[in-house]
Amino acid sequence: MMPDLGKYAVWVLSAYGAALVLIAALVIQSIWRDRKMARMLAEVEMRSVRQDGDRG
Amino acid sequence: MSIWEYANPVRFMRLSDRVLPWLAALSAILMLVALVWGFFFTPDDYRQGSTVKIIFIHVPSAMIAINAWVMMLIASLIWLVRRHHVSALAAKAAAPVGAVMTMIALVTGAVWGEPMWGTWWAWDPRLTSFLILFLFYLGYIALWAAIDNPDTAADLTSVLAIVGSVFAVLSRYAALIWNQGLHQGASLSMDRAEHVADVFYYPLVTAIIAFILLFVTLVILRTRTEIRARRLRALLAREARE
Amino acid sequence: MMALLRRDLALALRSGGGFGLSLAFFLIVVVFVPFGVGPDTGVLARIAPGVLWIAALLSCLLSLDRIFQLDWEDGSLDALALAPLPLEGVVAMKALAHWLTTGLPLTVIAPLLGVLLNLPGAAAPWIFLSLLVGTPALSLLGAFGAALTVGIRRGGLLLSLLVMPLYIPTLIFGALTASRAGDGLDFFTPFALLGGVTLLAAALIPFAAAAAIRINLR
Repeated sequence: MMPDLGKYAVWVLSAYGAALVLIAALVIQSIWRDRKMARMLAEVEMRSVRQDGDRG
Repeated sequence: MSIWEYANPVRFMRLSDRVLPWLAALSAILMLVALVWGFFFTPDDYRQGSTVKIIFIHVPSAMIAINAWVMMLIASLIWLVRRHHVSALAAKAAAPVGAVMTMIALVTGAVWGEPMWGTWWAWDPRLTSFLILFLFYLGYIALWAAIDNPDTAADLTSVLAIVGSVFAVLSRYAALIWNQGLHQGASLSMDRAEHVADVFYYPLVTAIIAFILLFVTLVILRTRTEIRARRLRALLAREARE
Repeated sequence: MMALLRRDLALALRSGGGFGLSLAFFLIVVVFVPFGVGPDTGVLARIAPGVLWIAALLSCLLSLDRIFQLDWEDGSLDALALAPLPLEGVVAMKALAHWLTTGLPLTVIAPLLGVLLNLPGAAAPWIFLSLLVGTPALSLLGAFGAALTVGIRRGGLLLSLLVMPLYIPTLIFGALTASRAGDGLDFFTPFALLGGVTLLAAALIPFAAAAAIRINLR
């Protein structure tokens, strides 16, 4: 399964490893921030709808 | 129906909500295919050995790193001329993605350079230009973060993107005069004879498409986040006034 | 326009900040270098042109935030924006005032400080000329950075982060001119390009900086 990387195995693996870690971090941070923002917005929207209802 | 329809945040949110899952799935699958193909099913190069496999990350990330800045520049110009909020926020959303791609290009380049050139880092024009590009990304992101009013921030970062582009290009040519490099020429070109061999070419093109899709997906996702953040800010400001 | 220039110069000289402080900072950075790299005159002579350029550039950064900050705080920037003089002209004059109080003095003392670093004799006139041609670009780009960050409290650090990448072409061409002149090599190409960068900055930056100020005043 694992290809024979020869004497450069460490370099190839660390390049792939570092790149995948960076991409994963970026993707996870993006998703996490989007979820957080959606949640906070939903909360505030609920609140303002309720207030409008009270008044009206 | 023109493309400007999607400049309306509500429309953009509705459309992107439908498109995003498909785009995310497609870019994930293609990324998997490209990297598995590149890593497991390509031969070693007769001179570079297995390190040639790094090309499938290095070249696409470098391409995205530069083109993300170009996209930010265009989005900034659209914002300045037509005042479409989605455009300004898309530029803001693209900056961190571009910065990370620049970092990936630099890191994979360093790891590739060590066994091939015998050094992690050389002050070669291409490498230097990428480091400079990274500095421009940092400044741009910092300026966005420092200004409270979102419209002012969008305007000022747009002006910075324009002036920055001029000086980034200047720096590129300054670095070229300053030092002759180790880095080889372009890996891809229209002239078939010049670029890399077919066994590397097809997985490389796949990887490039995968990175482009990843970039588009992330920018759309992050633009949605920014639109929500903007709306949240407006609602909170209204509450504070009441 | 001349009145504005005179006013800015008078303010800069009276407050005493920019003028003396940048020069003192320049001196200290140059003195620090031998402490850092050792007193070997051969090594110092090799790095002298670059060190002088970097030190001059950093000293220039110090006083940038004062270009617009005081006028912004006391509201005279609003008045200047409404004045018949175009804002682009105001920016150009303010950059010129900054150059006269910072860039020009730095240029004059740089060859003298070169003695401390064992600067080759052939390079001394060219460190002077390259700084003379290059430092106006530093003041102009600095004015642009100052215009972007004028509305931000404690924007000094951000200003440096924004401006320094813009300084790269000037630094490369300027230091290259001086070091090639010192080595007796052809230095016309970097010198011409150094002038080109300054001219480009002079043509482009007043408009960009004026736009940034208008946005901040809105």
